[in-house]
Amino acid sequence: MHPYINQGSQDTRSGFGAGLLELGRRNPKVVALCADLTGSLKMDAFAKEFPERFFQTGIAEAHMMSMAAGLTIGGWIPFTGTFANFSTGRVYDQIRQSIAYSDKNVKICASHAGLTLGEDGATHQILEDIGLMKMLPGMTVIVTADYNQTKAATIAIADHHGPVYLRFGRPKVANFTPADKPFVIGKADVLLEGSDVTIAATGHLVWEALEAANTLAAQGISAEVINFATIKPFDTEALLKSVHKTGRVVTAEEHQRHGGLGDLVAQTLGMHRPAPIEMVAVNDSFGESGTPAQLMDKYGLNAAAIVEATLRVRNR
Amino acid sequence: MVPITDYPSQIRRDILRMVHKPQSGHPGGSMGCTEFFTALYFDVMRHNPAAFRMDGKGEDLFFLSNGHISPVFYSTLARSGYFPVAELSTFRLINSRLQGHPTTHDGLPGVRIASGSLGQGLSVAVGAAQAKKLHNDPHLVFTLHGDGELQEGQIWEAALYAGAKKVDNLIATVDANGQQIDGSTDEVLPMGDLGAKFSAFGWDVLHLEQGNDLHAVQAALRQAITRTGKGKPVALIMKTAMGHGVDFMAGTHKWHGIAPNDDELARALAQCPETLGDY
Repeated sequence: MHPYINQGSQDTRSGFGAGLLELGRRNPKVVALCADLTGSLKMDAFAKEFPERFFQTGIAEAHMMSMAAGLTIGGWIPFTGTFANFSTGRVYDQIRQSIAYSDKNVKICASHAGLTLGEDGATHQILEDIGLMKMLPGMTVIVTADYNQTKAATIAIADHHGPVYLRFGRPKVANFTPADKPFVIGKADVLLEGSDVTIAATGHLVWEALEAANTLAAQGISAEVINFATIKPFDTEALLKSVHKTGRVVTAEEHQRHGGLGDLVAQTLGMHRPAPIEMVAVNDSFGESGTPAQLMDKYGLNAAAIVEATLRVRNR
Repeated sequence: MVPITDYPSQIRRDILRMVHKPQSGHPGGSMGCTEFFTALYFDVMRHNPAAFRMDGKGEDLFFLSNGHISPVFYSTLARSGYFPVAELSTFRLINSRLQGHPTTHDGLPGVRIASGSLGQGLSVAVGAAQAKKLHNDPHLVFTLHGDGELQEGQIWEAALYAGAKKVDNLIATVDANGQQIDGSTDEVLPMGDLGAKFSAFGWDVLHLEQGNDLHAVQAALRQAITRTGKGKPVALIMKTAMGHGVDFMAGTHKWHGIAPNDDELARALAQCPETLGDY
């Protein structure tokens, strides 16, 4: 059985809000922009305590992204906040030209990513954002697993010079990582050591991977669970070290199979150490309305799906 | 001290020779805005070419939003002392810092944002202007936009924001040459009364009819500066002629993105005296 305890379910976006508030107090260079979703992004506390450092842009995400690029020119560290769909697909060219190509120190913070946005449906449930962002040269891409890790990552990215995409979500999920654990960009965490299969997970699927490991242990299968919170730069060493031991991999993410963590793991294995792989991800389809749990079940993004994928990869 | 009136002819020579060598680039809009760049960089802007800093603290800033007129921007930067004028000969060539469209990527002093994909520069400038306010830095932020560029929706997101939030340390100039790639702006997509549009968005609007008269541009920019700090961003709608300075290139969209051939270059250069020495 894995040793992690849910300290009380919380939404990862609240981890972002808490991290941003702490940053505001700690780092006078941090400023924040939001496009009319201050409450949803949990940015209200920062906005209230630091009104002069908070920029409400209205529903104008393209403007917000380029404006953030302009704020860096004065030496500020801008954090933008809106839903993941409006943080990436809607503003891709603004990010590409004004932020990434211009090497601006903007932190793009994106909530409500993936299916767990729930009832609003496919218009808002972006499942392509990790792929879009990791393709941009120089962009750091982080997908956090729980409240504590999101808070720690929010604080950590302020000290990293360069554009960052930080992806988190809406629903309350297990909070299981230590509250005092600093976030190290580019370093994957081996949460559970095992010998039969490597489960490489990111975001909301990390806790599901741990739960799957319990089920697998009961069947005599020893799973190694790794939290790849940093998608880019990818921790190739952590993956290869684990696969040398286990020889097979299951990836798990709340994203399209195309362009996500699974793609990246397959590419890395193909180049360095070919091994069987199964992907728990959305398979080339849009989402739909429903509760987060219903959607994760219907689209096969939970512990049960990870167990099934593990059994498949064991037979290859 | 070089008389300011010596610059436009030399900058036009630079533009023509820069686009001729790679047979690529945008001379028309560049030549139409030569007086604007001259007035801005050699007269009204308080800037520090000898010690370029990306953060721009303690100086006026300029953002070129319509990045395709990079030839006039590069020539002006080089002639201001941001980088050696000899480097103008590398424009659009492999391994050059003078990319087809401006970029910060290769460390060219004087450039603070990549531009080329249109419509983003006003938002960037609004951010920089807000950054200056946060620093209590009294210096100003200038931008230049094509009139065709105003067809991009993001321009009006930024215009709305700047008016509503009283970003009054910002002077946005529109190069109203009435031309875009597919023809005149009236043929492609008529934009009506641009001044009235900016006014409706909460801007203080100035008009300049003689955007190719250097002293008129200097006077208009000076007037624009007097209008800053009064609760409104300032827009300067500046009429110019695309290709101004060479008779067969002026007033047509034909030279928007076409380089002159050898014969055309010789005829064009004959109309632009070498005042400061070619690179």
